[in-house]
Amino acid sequence: MKIPLMRMREKLVVRVVSRFFIPFILLFGLYVQFHGDFGPGGGFQAGVIFTSGFVLYGLVFGLENLQRVVPWTVVESGASLGLLLYGCVGIASLFLNGNFLDYKVLDAHDAMRGLHLGILLIELGVGLTVSASMLAIFYAFAGRRAA
Amino acid sequence: MIPIEFLLLAFLAVTAVVIARLDYLFAAAMLTGIFSLLSAGLFTLMDAVDVAFTEAAVGAGVSTVLMLGTLSLTVREERERPLRILPFVIVFLTGGALFLGTLEMPAYGDPAATIHQYLAPDYIAGTEAEFGIPNIVTAILGSYRAFDTLGETAVIFTAALGVMALLASGRGRKGEERK
Repeated sequence: MKIPLMRMREKLVVRVVSRFFIPFILLFGLYVQFHGDFGPGGGFQAGVIFTSGFVLYGLVFGLENLQRVVPWTVVESGASLGLLLYGCVGIASLFLNGNFLDYKVLDAHDAMRGLHLGILLIELGVGLTVSASMLAIFYAFAGRRAA
Repeated sequence: MIPIEFLLLAFLAVTAVVIARLDYLFAAAMLTGIFSLLSAGLFTLMDAVDVAFTEAAVGAGVSTVLMLGTLSLTVREERERPLRILPFVIVFLTGGALFLGTLEMPAYGDPAATIHQYLAPDYIAGTEAEFGIPNIVTAILGSYRAFDTLGETAVIFTAALGVMALLASGRGRKGEERK
């Protein structure tokens, strides 16, 4: 990824425009994540959109700077935490006398609220895992030097 | 007036042929992004907004970047190869078989089709009543098929693990020498 980065860094328009766009991309990712039960999209799409903001940053400002923003440890633990969160929601519902991933028992008084909480949490888990995994794959590809 | 679906499909076919014929890999990688964007447009016209969303984000966005990243590690021109007939024949036969298969399929959007008779009515009726949310796709992925989604998330996680184990060679701990 060395050569295109060096060339990109000199392009003023690309730098200014991407600096302007990245916050909106991240915001849109969060919107898709937390609005997924009302609009199109969900954890998977949100994770990819969220990561594309970081990938754009990495392409324009260099991989080293991106890895200073999101280090490897964050990527690795993010990918694991998402899946763990998903599984823990299932196990939590087991402990609350429900079936595995039966969200209705998550709220003791209101089954509907439990459902919404469960869906929100597992979508968050999916989003976290997808976002971190995509970034990990990007790091793995972009971090290699030409042989 | 040609329906926009046909126009998009024609562009899709042209893009595919150009990708197959191009020797300049950089342009081919960019064209695969355009291919994904066109298919996303088609999915939107078919009211599959969630699929279109995924296609636009993954196909046109991330995978194009990954392809460009791979290209920067290798050469930009495809090596000259003699034209071979057998792959062409196989591709045309497979495509023809698939085309013949679509002739037997129920008409697009036919409410009497088998897939619209089995579980879909329950999902459509149940989403609003049981969940109180309007997006049926989220209800199916998040609750009706929560086990499947757990498995899919594990698959993505495993894919990332595999790529990290195979490719992330240059990374080391702090203080360790980086090549």
